[in-house]
Amino acid sequence: MPRDTSIKSVLVIGSGPIVIGQACEFDYSGTQACRVLREEGIRVILVNSNPATIMTDPEFADATYIEPITPEVIEKIIAHEKPDAVLATLGGQTALNAAIGLFERGTLAKYGVKLIGADVGAIQRGENRELFRGIVEKVGGESALSIVCHTMDEIIAAVETLQYPVVIRPSFTMGGLGSGIAFDEDQLRQIAGAGLRHSPTSEVLLEESIIGWKEYELEVMRDHKDNVVIVCSIENVDPMGVHTGDSITVAPAMTLTDVEYQRLRDLSLQIIREVGVETGGCNIQFAVNPANGRIIVIEMNPRVSRSSALASKATGFPIAKIATKLAIGYTLDEINNDITKVTPASFEPTLDYVVVKMPRFAFEKFADADPRLTTTMKSVGEAMAIGRSFSEALMKALRSLERKEAIFTWPEITPTQKDQLLLSIAIPTEYRLQQVQRALWAGASIDEVFTACKIDPWYLRQIQIINEQAQEISMPGDLTAQLLKTAKSNGFSDAQIASLRGVSEDEVRRIRHHFSIRPVYKTVDTCAAEFEAFTPYHYSSYEEETEVRPRTVPAVIILGSGPNRIGQGIEFDYSCVHASFALREAGYETIMINCNPETVSTDYDTSNRLYFEPLTLEDVLEVIHAETQAGPLLGVITQLGGQTPLGLAAGLKANGVTILGTSPEAINLAEERGAFGNILHEQNLTAPEFGMAASELEAITIATRIGYPVLVRPSFVLGGRGMEIVYDDQSLAGFISRATDITPDHPVLVDRFLDSAIEIDVDALYDGNDLFLGGVMEHIEEAGIHSGDSACVLPSMTVTAEALIEIKEATLKIASGVGVRGLINIQFAIADSKLYVLEANPRASRTVPFVSKATGVPLAKAAARISLGSSIAELRTEGLLPASGDGQARGISVKEAVLPWNRFRRSDGRGVDAVLGPEMRSTGEVMGISPTFGESYAKSQIQAFGPLPKSGTVFISLADKNKAQGVDAAAGLLALGFRVLATQGTAQFLLEHGVTSITVRKNSEGTGPMGERTIVDMINAGDIDLVINTPVGRGTRHDGWAIRTAAVQRSIPIITTTAGFNAAVEGIRFLQSQELSIKSLQEWLA
Amino acid sequence: MCTAFLVLDDGRTFEGKSWGAQGRTFGEAVFQTGMTGYQETLTDPSYHKQVVIMTAPHIGNTGFNSHDNESEKIWVSGFVVRNPSQLVSNWRSENDLESELVSQNIVGLQGIDTRALTRHLRDRGAMRVGIFSGLDLTREEMVIEVRKSSQMSGSFLVADVSTDSPYVVAAKGDKKFVVAALDLGIKSATPRALSERGVEVHVLPFNTSAEDIIALNPDGVFISNGPGDPATMIDVIEVVRQILAKAIPIFGICFGHQILGRALGFETYKLAFGHRGINQPVIDKSTGKVEITSHNHGFALAAPTDSEFTTVFGRGEVTHVCLNDGVVEGLRLIDQPAFSVQYHPEAAAGPHDAAYLFDRFVDLMSKKVSK
Repeated sequence: MPRDTSIKSVLVIGSGPIVIGQACEFDYSGTQACRVLREEGIRVILVNSNPATIMTDPEFADATYIEPITPEVIEKIIAHEKPDAVLATLGGQTALNAAIGLFERGTLAKYGVKLIGADVGAIQRGENRELFRGIVEKVGGESALSIVCHTMDEIIAAVETLQYPVVIRPSFTMGGLGSGIAFDEDQLRQIAGAGLRHSPTSEVLLEESIIGWKEYELEVMRDHKDNVVIVCSIENVDPMGVHTGDSITVAPAMTLTDVEYQRLRDLSLQIIREVGVETGGCNIQFAVNPANGRIIVIEMNPRVSRSSALASKATGFPIAKIATKLAIGYTLDEINNDITKVTPASFEPTLDYVVVKMPRFAFEKFADADPRLTTTMKSVGEAMAIGRSFSEALMKALRSLERKEAIFTWPEITPTQKDQLLLSIAIPTEYRLQQVQRALWAGASIDEVFTACKIDPWYLRQIQIINEQAQEISMPGDLTAQLLKTAKSNGFSDAQIASLRGVSEDEVRRIRHHFSIRPVYKTVDTCAAEFEAFTPYHYSSYEEETEVRPRTVPAVIILGSGPNRIGQGIEFDYSCVHASFALREAGYETIMINCNPETVSTDYDTSNRLYFEPLTLEDVLEVIHAETQAGPLLGVITQLGGQTPLGLAAGLKANGVTILGTSPEAINLAEERGAFGNILHEQNLTAPEFGMAASELEAITIATRIGYPVLVRPSFVLGGRGMEIVYDDQSLAGFISRATDITPDHPVLVDRFLDSAIEIDVDALYDGNDLFLGGVMEHIEEAGIHSGDSACVLPSMTVTAEALIEIKEATLKIASGVGVRGLINIQFAIADSKLYVLEANPRASRTVPFVSKATGVPLAKAAARISLGSSIAELRTEGLLPASGDGQARGISVKEAVLPWNRFRRSDGRGVDAVLGPEMRSTGEVMGISPTFGESYAKSQIQAFGPLPKSGTVFISLADKNKAQGVDAAAGLLALGFRVLATQGTAQFLLEHGVTSITVRKNSEGTGPMGERTIVDMINAGDIDLVINTPVGRGTRHDGWAIRTAAVQRSIPIITTTAGFNAAVEGIRFLQSQELSIKSLQEWLA
Repeated sequence: MCTAFLVLDDGRTFEGKSWGAQGRTFGEAVFQTGMTGYQETLTDPSYHKQVVIMTAPHIGNTGFNSHDNESEKIWVSGFVVRNPSQLVSNWRSENDLESELVSQNIVGLQGIDTRALTRHLRDRGAMRVGIFSGLDLTREEMVIEVRKSSQMSGSFLVADVSTDSPYVVAAKGDKKFVVAALDLGIKSATPRALSERGVEVHVLPFNTSAEDIIALNPDGVFISNGPGDPATMIDVIEVVRQILAKAIPIFGICFGHQILGRALGFETYKLAFGHRGINQPVIDKSTGKVEITSHNHGFALAAPTDSEFTTVFGRGEVTHVCLNDGVVEGLRLIDQPAFSVQYHPEAAAGPHDAAYLFDRFVDLMSKKVSK
């Protein structure tokens, strides 16, 4: 049956900001959905608060609402747009929860809107654990023994039956938020208590432990004619106990016989039918006891998920695209397989390669977080690799992570270390697989390792094969062609071979090329070559025959940004995708290289060719070689994907590759402090004073010279890692003693810190002659908070017209001084009316998508064109840039960072410290756009931290240096009817300035003589609606720490800067007086 | 482990390493795209005289057990994989795959670009192949040997695989029906599927006469899968015609489907590279529903798919078609209780989507009995 013609307009709900457990995979799926619907001539209305997504580009929908994804706001959109249907199965748990909210409010019924994809009943049957258990039982499957609880008493009683260890799973949370494994009652109370709070229905499930079992996931699709197919089977290398998102996973399943696999398939088919997911995709997870094959059905997601994105990239079967077509009435057999063109989508992909996905974590950003992996997802990104064998795929995946620690090495290991390793691997952590590899290298047997970690022996043997290969490589004798070939086909990088042989990577490469040993490129084709593939989606392998086709159109290679991490996420993928679109429109062929399965850039539809490869010099050079053989290649774009491609630029150039746009030398000029200082000096621009210290004494001398406070950081790390602001000699000395390895080679940078300065972020384009100022953003948090974690507003609110002119002039001077061809991002600070240059990055920045959304100017597209020689003047004529003038913000846009505090716990179960600092920790961002700052800020807070309270009790505790800036805001809250609590010092100061507050006891003061509770007790009791706490210092001995960690643990909104406090009050003032307005981006930009 | 070669009829050669037994072997080169089920494939008699190339790179991971065999022995004449497993991981495994291949004297080959080989066969069609391992032959000598080996077209292979004497597979639970199953290379999953539905299955040698079959007074007759060219099955086709004349319900699978088709007067033809995998979409024309099915066929039936047809046994129609390439995958007679499918409802290996066809057979027999 063809599509349902009664559907003429569809509201697509996106997934909001990137958070742990919900990342750019939903931009990938949502973008596909929007594309499909528009191709069908359906009017698309989109709501998503995340400006860094491709789907929120105005051309992907007819009406794009960058608004909070709440039932209240969506109801307004529905009332205004009157869509025929709502599609909520492609926006993750956020969209699904919003859809349930709309149903419960009666919005869907009121406006006669139907939910397509999955109806509310199916969503509830899939997500409500009790209902789902019933379904599993009905179809003859088994669930883990479990008990649903709503109170702590019920929880304690349940464990009597289930025994420890016990698994805790809160209902209706995403990414396993709040779930965990308890081995005793203390842990149980902590985890389950948090779970009750995280669950919107205050419901948790306690479950018998099946830790150590094999874990599988099947991706299932169904159409309304009840055709069902399994798109992919995924096997977790990490057995049960680690969240799938944090597990190393493999597709297809490697250790099942057909009999066992078909049992999982049968169960999946019966479950999707019984749950009643009418159309679309879902995934079902299973645990299998390795000793006897007993199967437990764990759970299902009645929607497109992170695994769906992985499965789509792993198989070439675009789940989200097909799910959308099914939702509007098509059946699987009516949809063509894009890749083969002749066969239908009603089939099951078969793989003739192995796919490995590795999670990427960010524990180094959360020093106090418990590093153990549990059933709560903690990874911030992932890399996927494809190889013709498991070892090849694994080794590629490990180097795709861009973590030195992830790559296998083969050092000498003592027997004591072996025993230590065998103990360590019992507990899953970020680098467990590397410990497993070392334990095997140290001579541990497969049995010993299996007993300790329960990783399937088949994988252990594969790792052992890699170790044996390493042993062989390290033996004396020539590096023969045969040895090189087998090493390469086992996935060894040139660098690994080089380090085993004690030679340079270049030397290994030279020998390898001398023997003509180069990778060939195979195709992901859904069908193991049974049919011809028309989609050039390639991966490398050391085999005989390559499938790269010749081409005649000049091509450009775009390097993506690799796995998501804090500091490098979807914003950079956005720019890469835009470059690809812009260059295709301009008549070039584009070739994308990336290894992040979540992204739009790795959709085979985005570029003319896709290479799913690690972003290392070796892997990129080989693709360039293959594409140079295939046809004319103009060069490589490295400035859009963030630090990853930028870091490769110099190496590529040294190997004779043309770098398009800003040259590696220019990049170096901006990054190297001395050289950049010279440019500033020549141009008469000022930077804060700084010095480099190789010892504590030197550091204190410099600090004394330039004056406290100072910003200190190790010089050899990027992205603000390890940065701190210190206010006196003592804390400086403390920093030096904590910062490891300070030597003359690795000095510490000491910068003057501009206290209470306004920080400005500028994104601009420069073509060698002209400058186009994309946007001047003012940070809401003061300088010293990492720009990625700071909220910002466009247009700037407090910068004077004179200062704006000065900023533009300075931007031009820096862009021309550095030699930019394309994008540049500059951070300025204004302190005492003086403009300081903090840093310049001649590349696409994190804020490019935000600026593009707020101004309607596609900066990344323009940058890509400038890289290929177009001038700003030409782009103005063409219409890609405005005919005249700079980027103009429409309305007032606020970008707010989203922080993952509630994902992490310390080993003792407490929350982690929520204080912002110079080190970036946010995972994503949201945007609020409206006519006023207060409303835009209020909108941004809704999605980022939960809505600002309209009334209730606020607790305020300000550091001495911040007290003065907090008075007005505190007074404002009082005037708005809030009950204001404060600690003694803050209360005293407020009183002196005419603001009355109620004094409460600090944690360190303990419970009062009359039983007065401390503030921490009150937070724990849920009596506080908003916490304002600016930090005095770091560390557990501070009261502020206890307050912040308690707030994080209870998921209470917390603000840690006075600037944020002031903005919040403005937001609350708006919320009290007016309703939130809605307006589509298309209307804003009209 | 020594160097081994795979040599195709058209001269293309792949160099790999020996695996399983050493020596030489010949057959028709075919690729199999299933990611699970190598043991079922190896022991499926329909692969007799074929050298099977597995497209999934890692084979042997789950070892070999005594429960998943589709017959008494491994039938493939050669087995080509990219990465044979060096360690078995499965709680049901009793032996590792290579030992099993060696003990059954199956010549294998490992470590070649199986995708390149698959693409070659896809583009040029299935062809004769030889594997030479541990032998000192020139390329020319190997090619000559391959070209001296027999072709699949025109091959009569059923005698090699069929049972020598009849045997009975008892019905599970109450016996409802008796079926005579002509063993042309039957997989054990088929009598098992029937037995689970209360059918007592009499498995008969391929050369059983129509009289002997009728003498059993069966409620239905089953024609099994099997190897070789259906055009060579002249005697069995004649037997089937006699059964048709008696209006005894008939169900044919794979080779059995081709034979039923020929008995009705249709031709069979050789597909370029065949269907061998467990992911093939087949549409049931009566319901419009798609089933994901297990296939293993190099020949197909030439019958009209767009309208009914008339045979000497009355009207008939094509009931199932492969959505990938439009090949006839099933037919039935309208006026007579006979139907057949080209694919494998018994699965093993493969999905169970088509298991309903056994119910349909049981229904046909019920109707016949109640008449």
